Amino acid sequence: MTAVATPWFFYALAGLVVISGVLVITLRNAVHAALALIVTLLAVAGLYLMLYAPFVAGVQIIVYAGGIMVLFLFVIMLVNIERASKERRFNRIWPVGLVAACTLLGLFVSAFVKGKELFRDRGMPLPESSNTQQIATMLYGEAGKMGQYTFAFEIASLLLLVAILGAVIMTKKKI
Amino acid sequence: MVPITTFHYLVVAAALFVLGVIGVLIRRNVVIVLMSIELILNAVNLNLVAFSHMWGTVHGQSNLNGQVFAIFIVVDAAAEAAVGLGILIAFFRNKETVNVDEIDLLKW
Repeated sequence: MTAVATPWFFYALAGLVVISGVLVITLRNAVHAALALIVTLLAVAGLYLMLYAPFVAGVQIIVYAGGIMVLFLFVIMLVNIERASKERRFNRIWPVGLVAACTLLGLFVSAFVKGKELFRDRGMPLPESSNTQQIATMLYGEAGKMGQYTFAFEIASLLLLVAILGAVIMTKKKI
Repeated sequence: MVPITTFHYLVVAAALFVLGVIGVLIRRNVVIVLMSIELILNAVNLNLVAFSHMWGTVHGQSNLNGQVFAIFIVVDAAAEAAVGLGILIAFFRNKETVNVDEIDLLKW
Protein backbone atom coordinates (compact mmCIF):
# COMPACT_ATOMS: atom_id res chain seq x y z
CA MET A 1 0.00 0.00 0.00
CA THR A 2 1.54 3.27 -1.03
CA ALA A 3 1.39 6.35 1.09
CA VAL A 4 -1.33 8.88 0.35
CA ALA A 5 0.98 11.87 0.49
CA THR A 6 4.63 12.36 -0.22
CA PRO A 7 7.12 12.99 2.59
CA TRP A 8 7.22 16.62 1.50
CA PHE A 9 3.72 17.08 2.90
CA PHE A 10 4.95 15.83 6.23
CA TYR A 11 7.93 18.17 6.28
CA ALA A 12 5.80 21.16 5.26
CA LEU A 13 3.20 20.42 7.95
CA ALA A 14 5.86 19.75 10.59
CA GLY A 15 7.61 23.01 9.74
CA LEU A 16 4.29 24.84 9.93
CA VAL A 17 3.56 23.28 13.34
CA VAL A 18 6.93 24.27 14.78
CA ILE A 19 7.05 27.79 13.28
CA SER A 20 3.53 28.73 14.33
CA GLY A 21 4.16 27.10 17.73
CA VAL A 22 7.14 29.42 18.19
CA LEU A 23 4.95 32.35 17.15
CA VAL A 24 2.31 31.39 19.75
CA ILE A 25 4.79 31.71 22.60
CA THR A 26 6.65 34.78 21.33
CA LEU A 27 4.08 37.16 19.82
CA ARG A 28 3.27 40.16 21.96
CA ASN A 29 -0.37 40.57 20.99
CA ALA A 30 -2.59 37.81 22.43
CA VAL A 31 -4.92 37.91 19.41
CA HIS A 32 -1.99 37.28 17.06
CA ALA A 33 -0.88 34.41 19.28
CA ALA A 34 -4.38 32.95 19.08
CA LEU A 35 -4.29 33.15 15.27
CA ALA A 36 -0.91 31.40 15.24
CA LEU A 37 -2.38 28.73 17.51
CA ILE A 38 -5.17 28.17 14.97
CA VAL A 39 -2.52 27.60 12.28
CA THR A 40 -0.79 25.09 14.58
CA LEU A 41 -4.04 23.24 15.22
CA LEU A 42 -4.89 23.05 11.52
CA ALA A 43 -1.40 21.76 10.69
CA VAL A 44 -1.72 19.11 13.40
CA ALA A 45 -5.07 18.15 11.83
CA GLY A 46 -3.18 17.70 8.54
CA LEU A 47 -0.72 15.39 10.29
CA TYR A 48 -3.67 13.36 11.61
CA LEU A 49 -4.88 12.96 8.03
CA MET A 50 -1.45 11.67 7.07
CA LEU A 51 -1.73 9.15 9.92
CA TYR A 52 -5.00 7.73 8.54
CA ALA A 53 -7.09 9.32 11.29
CA PRO A 54 -9.70 11.38 9.42
CA PHE A 55 -12.21 11.41 12.27
CA VAL A 56 -9.72 12.76 14.78
CA ALA A 57 -8.66 15.37 12.22
CA GLY A 58 -12.29 16.45 11.84
CA VAL A 59 -12.77 16.61 15.61
CA GLN A 60 -9.58 18.64 15.86
CA ILE A 61 -10.78 21.21 13.35
CA ILE A 62 -14.36 21.45 14.65
CA VAL A 63 -13.73 21.37 18.39
CA TYR A 64 -10.30 22.99 18.66
CA ALA A 65 -10.07 25.43 15.78
CA GLY A 66 -13.79 26.08 15.89
CA GLY A 67 -14.89 25.93 19.51
CA ILE A 68 -11.98 26.35 21.88
CA MET A 69 -10.34 29.12 19.85
CA VAL A 70 -13.57 31.14 19.78
CA LEU A 71 -13.63 30.82 23.57
CA PHE A 72 -10.05 32.06 23.73
CA LEU A 73 -10.75 35.01 21.46
CA PHE A 74 -13.79 36.01 23.51
CA VAL A 75 -11.77 35.95 26.73
CA ILE A 76 -8.94 37.94 25.10
CA MET A 77 -11.56 40.48 24.07
CA LEU A 78 -12.88 40.63 27.66
CA VAL A 79 -9.63 40.83 29.58
CA ASN A 80 -7.04 42.11 27.14
CA ILE A 81 -6.02 45.48 28.45
CA GLU A 82 -4.18 48.20 26.59
CA ARG A 83 -1.23 48.17 28.94
CA ALA A 84 -0.42 44.55 28.03
CA SER A 85 1.14 45.76 24.79
CA LYS A 86 3.63 47.95 26.63
CA GLU A 87 4.64 45.46 29.32
CA ARG A 88 7.31 42.80 29.42
CA ARG A 89 6.29 39.65 27.62
CA PHE A 90 8.37 37.22 29.66
CA ASN A 91 8.90 36.41 33.31
CA ARG A 92 11.91 37.72 35.12
CA ILE A 93 13.22 34.13 35.44
CA TRP A 94 12.75 33.22 31.78
CA PRO A 95 16.34 31.90 31.29
CA VAL A 96 15.69 29.28 33.98
CA GLY A 97 12.52 28.16 32.23
CA LEU A 98 14.30 28.00 28.90
CA VAL A 99 17.13 25.88 30.32
CA ALA A 100 14.65 23.53 32.02
CA ALA A 101 12.67 23.11 28.79
CA CYS A 102 15.85 22.48 26.76
CA THR A 103 16.87 19.82 29.28
CA LEU A 104 13.49 18.20 28.71
CA LEU A 105 14.09 18.33 24.94
CA GLY A 106 17.50 16.67 25.41
CA LEU A 107 15.84 13.97 27.50
CA PHE A 108 13.27 13.32 24.76
CA VAL A 109 15.91 13.23 22.03
CA SER A 110 18.14 10.80 23.92
CA ALA A 111 15.19 8.55 24.79
CA PHE A 112 13.94 8.52 21.21
CA VAL A 113 17.36 7.89 19.69
CA LYS A 114 18.11 5.10 22.15
CA GLY A 115 14.70 3.49 21.69
CA LYS A 116 14.41 4.04 17.95
CA GLU A 117 14.04 0.32 17.30
CA LEU A 118 10.87 0.23 19.41
CA PHE A 119 9.06 2.55 17.04
CA ARG A 120 8.88 0.54 13.86
CA ASP A 121 5.49 -0.23 12.35
CA ARG A 122 3.86 -3.37 13.72
CA GLY A 123 0.94 -4.09 11.39
CA MET A 124 -0.71 -3.16 8.15
CA PRO A 125 -1.77 0.48 7.76
CA LEU A 126 -5.15 1.39 9.19
CA PRO A 127 -8.10 1.31 6.80
CA GLU A 128 -9.23 4.86 6.24
CA SER A 129 -12.71 4.30 4.86
CA SER A 130 -14.14 2.59 7.97
CA ASN A 131 -12.29 4.75 10.50
CA THR A 132 -15.31 6.70 11.77
CA GLN A 133 -17.44 3.58 11.93
CA GLN A 134 -14.87 1.68 13.97
CA ILE A 135 -14.39 4.55 16.40
CA ALA A 136 -18.16 4.79 16.82
CA THR A 137 -18.32 1.06 17.55
CA MET A 138 -15.67 1.44 20.24
CA LEU A 139 -17.38 4.46 21.79
CA TYR A 140 -21.05 3.48 21.56
CA GLY A 141 -20.95 -0.29 21.16
CA GLU A 142 -22.95 -2.25 18.63
CA ALA A 143 -26.07 -4.44 18.58
CA GLY A 144 -27.19 -3.33 22.01
CA LYS A 145 -23.91 -4.22 23.69
CA MET A 146 -21.75 -1.64 25.41
CA GLY A 147 -18.57 -0.79 23.56
CA GLN A 148 -15.10 -0.84 24.99
CA TYR A 149 -15.23 2.85 25.87
CA THR A 150 -18.95 3.48 26.43
CA PHE A 151 -18.56 3.93 30.17
CA ALA A 152 -15.61 6.30 29.72
CA PHE A 153 -17.71 8.21 27.18
CA GLU A 154 -20.48 8.71 29.75
CA ILE A 155 -17.92 9.85 32.32
CA ALA A 156 -16.62 12.36 29.76
CA SER A 157 -20.13 13.77 29.35
CA LEU A 158 -20.30 14.20 33.13
CA LEU A 159 -16.94 15.97 33.04
CA LEU A 160 -18.24 18.38 30.42
CA LEU A 161 -21.35 19.05 32.51
CA VAL A 162 -19.19 19.86 35.53
CA ALA A 163 -16.99 22.12 33.39
CA ILE A 164 -20.02 24.01 32.05
CA LEU A 165 -21.40 24.53 35.56
CA GLY A 166 -17.99 25.55 36.85
CA ALA A 167 -17.43 28.07 34.07
CA VAL A 168 -20.90 29.61 34.51
CA ILE A 169 -20.64 29.83 38.29
CA MET A 170 -17.13 31.26 38.26
CA THR A 171 -17.97 34.04 35.85
CA LYS A 172 -20.94 35.22 37.92
CA LYS A 173 -20.64 38.63 39.53
CA LYS A 174 -21.15 37.41 43.09
CA ILE A 175 -19.65 34.02 43.80
CA MET B 1 13.66 10.37 0.27
CA VAL B 2 13.35 8.64 3.61
CA PRO B 3 9.82 7.33 4.19
CA ILE B 4 8.01 8.98 7.07
CA THR B 5 7.95 6.68 10.09
CA THR B 6 6.42 6.91 13.55
CA PHE B 7 9.75 8.27 14.74
CA HIS B 8 9.31 11.43 12.66
CA TYR B 9 5.93 12.12 14.23
CA LEU B 10 7.34 11.56 17.70
CA VAL B 11 10.05 14.15 17.03
CA VAL B 12 7.47 16.72 15.88
CA ALA B 13 5.31 15.97 18.93
CA ALA B 14 8.34 16.33 21.24
CA ALA B 15 9.18 19.70 19.68
CA LEU B 16 5.57 20.86 20.11
CA PHE B 17 5.55 19.64 23.72
CA VAL B 18 8.75 21.49 24.55
CA LEU B 19 7.40 24.67 22.91
CA GLY B 20 4.33 24.38 25.11
CA VAL B 21 6.46 23.88 28.23
CA ILE B 22 8.57 26.93 27.33
CA GLY B 23 5.38 28.97 26.87
CA VAL B 24 4.02 27.87 30.25
CA LEU B 25 7.30 28.67 31.99
CA ILE B 26 8.25 32.01 30.49
CA ARG B 27 5.13 33.91 29.41
CA ARG B 28 3.43 36.36 31.77
CA ASN B 29 0.01 36.56 30.16
CA VAL B 30 -2.29 33.86 31.59
CA VAL B 31 -4.22 33.59 28.32
CA ILE B 32 -1.04 32.62 26.49
CA VAL B 33 -0.10 30.20 29.26
CA LEU B 34 -3.46 28.46 28.66
CA MET B 35 -2.73 28.44 24.91
CA SER B 36 0.61 26.79 25.64
CA ILE B 37 -1.22 24.11 27.61
CA GLU B 38 -3.29 23.50 24.47
CA LEU B 39 -0.02 23.07 22.56
CA ILE B 40 1.10 20.45 25.10
CA LEU B 41 -2.21 18.58 24.82
CA ASN B 42 -1.88 18.63 21.03
CA ALA B 43 1.59 17.12 21.26
CA VAL B 44 0.21 14.30 23.39
CA ASN B 45 -2.64 13.77 20.91
CA LEU B 46 -0.19 13.60 18.03
CA ASN B 47 1.80 10.95 19.90
CA LEU B 48 -1.33 8.89 20.58
CA VAL B 49 -2.50 8.98 16.98
CA ALA B 50 1.03 8.17 15.76
CA PHE B 51 1.16 5.13 18.04
CA SER B 52 -2.29 4.06 16.83
CA HIS B 53 -0.89 4.22 13.29
CA MET B 54 2.24 2.35 14.39
CA TRP B 55 0.25 -0.62 15.70
CA GLY B 56 -1.98 -0.49 12.65
CA THR B 57 -4.07 -3.47 11.67
CA VAL B 58 -3.05 -6.82 13.15
CA HIS B 59 -4.99 -9.98 12.18
CA GLY B 60 -7.69 -7.85 10.55
CA GLN B 61 -8.27 -6.00 13.82
CA SER B 62 -7.60 -2.26 13.78
CA ASN B 63 -5.91 -0.71 16.78
CA LEU B 64 -7.87 2.50 17.14
CA ASN B 65 -7.45 2.83 20.89
CA GLY B 66 -4.99 5.67 20.40
CA GLN B 67 -7.47 7.64 18.32
CA VAL B 68 -10.25 7.13 20.88
CA PHE B 69 -7.85 8.33 23.59
CA ALA B 70 -7.10 11.39 21.45
CA ILE B 71 -10.82 12.20 21.29
CA PHE B 72 -11.09 11.92 25.08
CA ILE B 73 -8.15 14.29 25.43
CA VAL B 74 -9.91 16.79 23.15
CA VAL B 75 -12.90 16.58 25.53
CA ASP B 76 -10.55 17.20 28.45
CA ALA B 77 -8.96 20.15 26.68
CA ALA B 78 -12.36 21.74 26.11
CA ALA B 79 -13.31 21.32 29.78
CA GLU B 80 -9.94 22.65 30.90
CA ALA B 81 -10.13 25.70 28.63
CA ALA B 82 -13.66 26.53 29.82
CA VAL B 83 -12.81 26.26 33.52
CA GLY B 84 -9.42 27.95 33.15
CA LEU B 85 -10.83 30.91 31.27
CA GLY B 86 -13.69 31.14 33.78
CA ILE B 87 -11.16 31.37 36.61
CA LEU B 88 -9.26 33.97 34.59
CA ILE B 89 -12.33 36.18 34.14
CA ALA B 90 -13.24 35.89 37.83
CA PHE B 91 -9.68 36.81 38.75
CA PHE B 92 -9.50 39.71 36.32
CA ARG B 93 -12.67 41.15 37.81
CA ASN B 94 -11.06 41.20 41.25
CA LYS B 95 -7.45 42.11 40.56
CA GLU B 96 -7.43 43.90 37.18
CA THR B 97 -4.43 41.92 35.98
CA VAL B 98 -3.75 38.85 33.84
CA ASN B 99 -0.02 38.59 34.53
CA VAL B 100 1.20 35.39 36.16
CA ASP B 101 3.85 37.06 38.31
CA GLU B 102 1.33 39.50 39.78
CA ILE B 103 -0.96 36.65 40.83
CA ASP B 104 0.86 35.86 44.06
CA LEU B 105 -1.89 35.83 46.66
CA LEU B 106 -0.91 32.37 47.91
CA LYS B 107 2.81 33.09 47.84
CA TRP B 108 4.39 33.33 51.25
